Amino acid sequence: MNHLLIMLPMLIPLYGAILSLFSWRYVRAQQFIGILTQVCLLIATFLLLFDVNENGIRTTQIGSWPAPFGITLVADLFSSMMVITSAITGMAIYLFSIKGLDKARQTFGYYPVLLILQLGVSGACLTGDLFNMFVWFEVLLICCFVLIALGGTKPQLEGAIKYVTINFLATGFLLTGIGVVYGIMGSLNLAELAVLVRTPVSHPALITMAGMFFLIAFGIKAAIFPLFFWLPASYHTPPIAISAFIAGILTKVGMYALIRLFTLIFVTDQELTIPLFTVLAGFTMVIGVFGAASQNDFRKILSFHIVSQIGYMLMGLALFTPLAIAGSIYFIIHNILVKTNLFLISGVVAHRHGSFALKKLGGVYLQQPLLSVLFFISAFSLAGIPPFSGFWGKFMLAKAGFEIDSFVIVFVSLAVSLITIFSMTKIWNEVFWKKKPVSDPLLEVMTEREKHDNRLLHLPVVMLVGFILFIGLYAEPVVAMAQLAAEQLLNSELYINAVLKK
Amino acid sequence: MELILPFLIGILFSASLYLILHRHFFKLILGLILFGLATNLFLFVIGRLTRGGSAIIGQGENVATEPFADPVPQALLLTAIVIGFGIQAFAIVLIKRVYQSFGTTDLDDMSTTDQIEENH
Repeated sequence: MNHLLIMLPMLIPLYGAILSLFSWRYVRAQQFIGILTQVCLLIATFLLLFDVNENGIRTTQIGSWPAPFGITLVADLFSSMMVITSAITGMAIYLFSIKGLDKARQTFGYYPVLLILQLGVSGACLTGDLFNMFVWFEVLLICCFVLIALGGTKPQLEGAIKYVTINFLATGFLLTGIGVVYGIMGSLNLAELAVLVRTPVSHPALITMAGMFFLIAFGIKAAIFPLFFWLPASYHTPPIAISAFIAGILTKVGMYALIRLFTLIFVTDQELTIPLFTVLAGFTMVIGVFGAASQNDFRKILSFHIVSQIGYMLMGLALFTPLAIAGSIYFIIHNILVKTNLFLISGVVAHRHGSFALKKLGGVYLQQPLLSVLFFISAFSLAGIPPFSGFWGKFMLAKAGFEIDSFVIVFVSLAVSLITIFSMTKIWNEVFWKKKPVSDPLLEVMTEREKHDNRLLHLPVVMLVGFILFIGLYAEPVVAMAQLAAEQLLNSELYINAVLKK
Repeated sequence: MELILPFLIGILFSASLYLILHRHFFKLILGLILFGLATNLFLFVIGRLTRGGSAIIGQGENVATEPFADPVPQALLLTAIVIGFGIQAFAIVLIKRVYQSFGTTDLDDMSTTDQIEENH
């Protein structure tokens, strides 16, 4: 049963996707299968998280081949938390897509591709094998390629070509890094690698070099400075249901891989990696937030903020104390929910008012007060105002920074928070508060049906805000879990023993 | 033979990056394909080359007799080739679609998604 529990986050989306493909012509059936899959996935991931929280790290060997030889699946707290967050986001996206995505795209395989994307996310988080991780990243990237290009409008094609090219290069780097690791150590199992790098005969310089390949590869996927340029150029081009999912999940899976590898394997040369990460984290935060400040499109502001927030996650890795890593983990979970939600809100606004440009929008507060409150909560959460969820992540990071006297990076992170508030205030003023500049009579008059649809679109937003409020207002269990996850990450013995069963 | 391969990989990497930076669609595709080839070849060579020794355990033996070729890089390589093939096929179709709807072959003409829209 325990072995099945680790497999379920992958099996459920896979079978859901297969069933959706079989009902290709019946969009209704695909929607039904999709929602059913999401509910099952949510339950399975919750059970997995519960199990891992109770009993520690869980592993299973595919085909019963013993650990260093076969493919291992490992579920520790960090990966279980990632998987459950991905399931929550997937649920919200599905609810949104039914009314929020045009019929043409829905009939062309949107649902199965999204499910396979979720399969890739689960796989990348749960695998205990370096090459397997590469394969899962390819699975989710191919789905992203398809989703970004799905529909084939001009901006989408343009965004897709940038996204495909840069991610293809990242894949090449990742594969080269895997090659180097295998060449030095002759294994690809993460636990065995963790043992091998800690033996005295290993070659520290070569291992660091391999680590740099992974830093570049996952750095591109996670959009850290200076490798983020593809993100603001492509993330705003597809329809909002697609943007919201890939903006919420994908960069964080890259970040997950970075944290996993740089706490488990590439820990031999921290005199080099920690200053490097500190500098990268600082620049990622600052550049991202300034990029956002100069934009005047709802989605583009949010896209640049993804980059800025990645900096915070990297900051936890740069400080490298248990509290800092816990802060990173909490921040990743919080950010996936909040970022997806903000994108969805921009989608609801655009569904009603037909635009993403700040200049064209206005007066949403008068027409949709509920949506305004929902945006308000999410935006304050993103900026890190207490008692919302972003505050706790930033608080943990800042406290960890003060504890080891890294004042500069803490100062930068707090200053960036201020500018984040500026961007969110800009959206608030322009979209919700100010009067609508030109009232287009065609858009003003909505049919009852459209109004009904728009109300339905609120459902996923309300659900996500519920989760955001939960992890913000009732933060203690989540923070405690993040701290436990960080301990598991930093205490590699636990991981090694769980996999190799010594 | 072992000396030629590193140089070959280096040449493939540099040629592919040169082509990618050329900003022409066709060269971009060629560059991406060469880049994939270079990484695949690298993966193959890094597992150390052994000629004529397959990693098959003979009847009545417990382990394969040395020297035998390491089967792991070959398995990785096969997977990587298949994945790379899929992505390249997708990229070629994508670039064809881009050419059809934009009517240009120059990547520099495609900067609209980066621009800040002022007058809309």
